[in-house]
Parts: sequence; structure tokens; C-alpha cells
Amino acid sequence: MALEAKNVYFRYDRKQPWVLEDCNIKVEKGERLAIFAPSGYGKSTLAMLLSGYIKPVRGDVLLDGKPLPKKGVCPVQLIYQHPEKAINPRWRLRRVLEESGRIDENVIRAFGIETAWLDRYPRELSGGELQRFCVARALMSGADYLICDEISTMLDVITQAQIWKVLLEEADKRNMGIIAVTHNRHLADRIATRTIDLSL
Amino acid sequence: MQNNTKQPSYGRQLYKRSNKKPLNRINYLNNRKRAVILTTSLTIIFVIVYVAGMLISEDAVSGSFLNAKIAPCFKYPFGTDALGRNVFLRTLKGLSVSITVGIAASAISAVIAVLVGVAAAAGSRWLDAVINWIIDLVMSVPHTILIILISFCLGRGMKGLLVGIAATHWCSLARVIRGEVLQLRSQQYIAVSRRLGKSSGWIFVNHILPHLVPQFFVGLVLMFPHAILHEASISFLGFGLPPEQPAIGIILAESMRYLSTGMWWTAVLPGITLVLIVLLVDKLGDNIKMILDPYRAQE
Repeated sequence: MALEAKNVYFRYDRKQPWVLEDCNIKVEKGERLAIFAPSGYGKSTLAMLLSGYIKPVRGDVLLDGKPLPKKGVCPVQLIYQHPEKAINPRWRLRRVLEESGRIDENVIRAFGIETAWLDRYPRELSGGELQRFCVARALMSGADYLICDEISTMLDVITQAQIWKVLLEEADKRNMGIIAVTHNRHLADRIATRTIDLSL
Repeated sequence: MQNNTKQPSYGRQLYKRSNKKPLNRINYLNNRKRAVILTTSLTIIFVIVYVAGMLISEDAVSGSFLNAKIAPCFKYPFGTDALGRNVFLRTLKGLSVSITVGIAASAISAVIAVLVGVAAAAGSRWLDAVINWIIDLVMSVPHTILIILISFCLGRGMKGLLVGIAATHWCSLARVIRGEVLQLRSQQYIAVSRRLGKSSGWIFVNHILPHLVPQFFVGLVLMFPHAILHEASISFLGFGLPPEQPAIGIILAESMRYLSTGMWWTAVLPGITLVLIVLLVDKLGDNIKMILDPYRAQE
């Protein structure tokens, strides 16, 4: 049971240099991996490759030895850095949560999402509040692996701590695999069981 | 330290400005409320003109030579023409005919625009290229000439005019819709939706279509003035509505013959009315845009 990238090569255009060259990463279920690198080392690209948003030019992304499913709910869910971009601005937040397929009251309560927020529009909530919705949506989809692409970079320390605490608790409960992409070495040390530094 | 002393004065200035006394009732309302009120009242005026025109009977616009060529007075606000017809009633009736043509033509045009725009953005690359080429082609020919050609081919009258206007006015809106769909397709929440197992059809109906609704309605309303002006000008030139029909273009064409004898009112007053209606609808479009546009709605 593992999510792995095998000899993955990726570039955005044929004329451009490789963003990732012969990249190998493996995460077991229940493991928490932090990917750490400065800007421009292809962290976000790797996150998008692992969750199936883009296809590698060469190599494979395998889930339990098979390619990621093309249809249905993807068992690998990506959470973006900017929650306001990952939520349709014309939808009330209740609908955003419903898009995940099923509503789990426990998750909603755990993230401190208030019932009043559900009837609001995204622009009426702050970034931290919206990010809770994004994480809750990913958790409620029943994913086995979560890829967190700098999900707490733009939040204040307290919100950051709150979101990570709930996220890790839920992940432990369901034995999920987590890949956290981050700039922050202290955060990486704190949350991860293993750290990879792409710059080395 | 200097910054610290400067800040409060800046703050006080802001406070002062926001506390400015409202000049009148309409300034006191916020933009959104004002837009809603304006939209409602403009719509009501528009509907009154339309219904009043529809209700005027044929008898009321048929004239008698006894009261021909009367200058504007209390009984005949726009005067009477050379055949003794009441120009005011004829203008109103003509306006409602023009409005019918305008609404029908711009509605057909807007629907074409959405279909074409979505097809260009969501379809394959060659389809996009072909559609863009057709848009360029239609836009590069002056509208009036194209409408005259189409209307003439279809035997003039209401049908020719409708098809002609509908076939020429969809281009710019189609471009807007195409751009909007292209932009929406690259949004993160659409990608997320796909990874949450939603089908393309579901995403189109739930994510993309709601964003196109304001573009559609604003485009429709702003297309209307063009349609109505083209209708009037084509009828004026004699390629549109038949001469017995009371339409603004026909009224203006008839008035041309008597303009040199000093009957200014049969040309100027219906012309001004047409301009007023066009301006009214244009204003209406701007206000609807302000209400529906998510980026301007809270200004």
C-alpha cells in the first residue's frame, strides 16, 4: 500500500528544461512525508503530478502498483496554497462541502466550521476559514492520501497550528498518507515522520 | 517617529471624508441599492412604452387630411404629418414594433453567441480556429451592408430584418463568452472538481454555466440598442419593414420628404424618442452589469 513516483521526468514545454528529472518518491499509508525545498525546485509540480492533475512526460505515478484512476473520486487529493482560488466564488460554502460527495459532521465540527458560515459566499470568509473548508472537503472525499501544497503558508501561526492539528488527528484516525510540501523547515520537522530535501 | 505623528491625521482625513453629509436621497443609498432602483424604474418605463405602443389601435394612427401638418400642440404632442396622422401615437406604435424586433433579434443573437462561444472554448483546437475565422469575417464586413444583403435575400419585411440583425450581432458576445469559458476552464476549483470525480457535463452545468449567466444578460441588453438602431436605419433605407407599418425608420424616411417645407417635428421628435429609448436601455445594461458582475457588485 503506497503512493509512489517512479523515475518521473516532467517539463511544461518541449523547449524548456526539465523541472523534475528522474524523481523517485514513495509514501506508505499512514506515513507523513515532508518535501522541503526553496522556491523553484518543482515542489508544486511534484504535488500536482502525484495527485494526477498533470501527467509525467516520462515515468509513472503509481498507487498500490497501478496508475491513478482517471474516473471517479481520486484517492489522492491535493490541497492548494490559495483556498480562495480552489473554491468557486459563486457557490455558497455548503455546496462546496457537498461537492466532496458526503458530509461528515465530525470533520466539520473538528475544524471549527460554524453552521452560519455554510450559508455564506467565499468572499465573506477569511483565508484561514476558507482553507478549513478546502481541507475538510479533501478529507470528506474519503481520500487515502492527502498532498498539502503549502496549505498553511499564508495563514497566521495560530490558524496554522489549528489546521495542522485537526488534519493530523484525522489522518491518524483513518491511517492516511500525507505529503506536505513546505518552505518551512520547522513545520516540516514538527509534522513529518520523514523529510525529503529536493535541493540536496 | 515622524510616521507615528503623521498617521492620525491621515486617519482623521479618511474619517472626515466618509462622514461627508449626503447631498440627497440618492447619494445616501449605496451603489447597489441605487442600481437596483434604477434598473427597476428603467424597466418599468420600457415596459410602459412597449405596452402603450401595442395597445394603440390602427384607427388611432390613421389620419384625416383635415388636420394635416399641425405643429406640436397640446392635442398632438408631436404634431401631425402630411396625411394628418398623429405622429406621437405613430411613434409610440413604431417604437413597440422596433422593440419587438430588437428584443427578438438580440435574444437570438445572444443564444447564438453562447453556443458559438462555448463551442469555440470547449471544442477542439481546429474548431476554435474556424470559429475565430468566421467571427473575424463577419466583424470585418460593415453590419449595415450585411443586414441589407441578408434582408434583401429573404424578401425584406420583418423576417428578413430579424434574420439579418440576428446573424450579425453575435460576434462580439461570442468572443466574450469564449474568453470567459477559457479562463474558467483553467480555474483551480474546476480541476479540484474533476479530481472529486465530477464529469465534464456536471462541471459545465454547475461550475461554468452560472458564470456565463451575467455575461449573457448584459450582452443581451447591450446588444439591444444596436439591434434597434440597425432596424431603424435599414427600414429608413427601405430594405426592412414595409412602408405601411408604423416603424421609426419608416416615419423618419417619410418625414424626409416634408422636412424642406418646414415640418421639422415629424423628423426631430420621433428621432429624439428613439435616441432616448436607446440611451435608456444602454443605462439599463450598465446597471444590470453592476448588479450581476461579481467584481463590481460590491463597489
